[in-house]
Amino acid sequence: MIRDPENESMPRETLERLQFQRLKAKVGDVYERVPFYRRMFKEKGVTPDDIQSLADLTRLPFTSKLDFRDNYPFGLMAVPMEQVVRIHSSSGTTGKPIIAPYTRHDVDTWAEIMARTLTSAGTTENDVLQNAYGYGLFTGGLGFHHGAELLGATVIPTSTGNTKRQILMIQDLGTTVITCTPSYAITLHEAAREMGVDLRDTTLRLGIHGAEPWSEKMREDIEDRLGIIAINVYGLTEVIGPGVSVECPYKCGMHIWEDHFLAEVINPETGEQLPYGEEGELVITTLTKEAQPVIRFRTRDIISLNPEPCDCGRTMVRMSRLTGRSDDMLIVRGVNVFPSQIESVLLEVEGVEPHYLIVVDRQHAFKTDELEIWVEVSDEVFSDEMGKMENLEKRLRSEMDSVLGIAARIKLVEPRTIARTEGKAKRVVDRSEL
Amino acid sequence: MRLKQVSVFVENEPGRLEAILEVLEREKVSIRALSVSDTAEFGIVRMILDKPEEGLQALRQAEFTTRVDWMLSAQIPDVPGGLLNSVAKPMAKAGINIKYFYAYIGHAGEDKAMVVLKTNDIEKAEGILKSLSVDQ
Repeated sequence: MIRDPENESMPRETLERLQFQRLKAKVGDVYERVPFYRRMFKEKGVTPDDIQSLADLTRLPFTSKLDFRDNYPFGLMAVPMEQVVRIHSSSGTTGKPIIAPYTRHDVDTWAEIMARTLTSAGTTENDVLQNAYGYGLFTGGLGFHHGAELLGATVIPTSTGNTKRQILMIQDLGTTVITCTPSYAITLHEAAREMGVDLRDTTLRLGIHGAEPWSEKMREDIEDRLGIIAINVYGLTEVIGPGVSVECPYKCGMHIWEDHFLAEVINPETGEQLPYGEEGELVITTLTKEAQPVIRFRTRDIISLNPEPCDCGRTMVRMSRLTGRSDDMLIVRGVNVFPSQIESVLLEVEGVEPHYLIVVDRQHAFKTDELEIWVEVSDEVFSDEMGKMENLEKRLRSEMDSVLGIAARIKLVEPRTIARTEGKAKRVVDRSEL
Repeated sequence: MRLKQVSVFVENEPGRLEAILEVLEREKVSIRALSVSDTAEFGIVRMILDKPEEGLQALRQAEFTTRVDWMLSAQIPDVPGGLLNSVAKPMAKAGINIKYFYAYIGHAGEDKAMVVLKTNDIEKAEGILKSLSVDQ
């Protein structure tokens, strides 16, 4: 099913014309209203008048997470606060959160895009959709909620957690669609099994999963264990939240809603734009966002783009599954985790340059949501008293909790355990490498 | 008497105590007393060494996390209530907290036992032991 065939299936020439009109307007907009962009444009020696075609996009400067940090909280906003009706947020690079304001129009556009997204995934107005993305500051909860309501599905806003109740709801309310992170889908399966419930015997038929990287293998696992079709969805707080792109039932890449998001792939080293098909960093320019548009935002996600028409009838370009990140940001339970955040906590608690290692488990689907931090015990923090050592561990754990926004397991280790490397230390390892 | 205690941080894994002991053997350093306290993940090995400085240097060179603390030693009567009356009771009465202690192979006579202890007030604790003539 296609919700908006006129836009989702328009010929690419028509789409490109529309993109150009919107880009030109948006560039003029931010130049006029956001001092940050005016400064950046001037530094690159470019004005809105220089944008004469879509190809001129490459003349514009890039933006990154750092710009969100440097202009925290409202320095990237293009409208006065009176026009903002909602603010979402996610964790940023150095403790400062990413702020995402929305105008009334943005909220409506987002709901429409999410309705499109849900439809592409296979949801209809007859579905009972249980939304197990976190409600609150996280864009996942409300993003899916409003999209599903607009679509006309029956929404059960369970949010994350209380897994037993989730399973009870699936059974008793006849849930047909579950929206949650892929790791939570696995958690649901395991909890159900413990309760003696086989999710394959329930009404559940479709899962829409995103907010963290996952593999084809994990999709197979989820589809098999829950007895559903599992669809990949993608989005970022800086751009809008979920709904930037999603798969159709053909599962051959995620369609980017290009009438709203202009996508390009660049070489992350040189910044040079790459042709379709080549792997590189995804860069997004928002074409319709009002409150906080972004120009050439570097997502750090490594993908490739495929503009060939899809069997589903959509003409919107498809992005491949994420193959990596151009920096070492981790996504754990849908939350962004940066080594620099961990470093700042260790520095504060230990008072010295810390040696540490972040251990993740990419091989086992069930453990993707586990974050373990190995911290070397230095002479400075070492105590002969067990109480003090346990306190150190406790303090590290609670500081990590509050800075990262998720619980991490802390393991105190001997200096020999963490290998010293030449130059930049390797901070993130997969358990299989240990 | 004040004694230097050398403590070493170890992960609670096979072979770690062995690694410490090998370093000490190589340096011909002998252990006079040893206490290990542990959690599921890690342990603290506390030792009284006959040559604490040499032992410490060798352990540091072997990249162990270490520290040195001053302890008190006491020679107490090896009879029922010996530890109670010579150490525990007087310390409690003076409001001194004994953080931990363990037995020590000192030069005790037949009817004596040796312990080393760490308190929250080494000056005061030392005075008490001296006044009871168990300081050794």
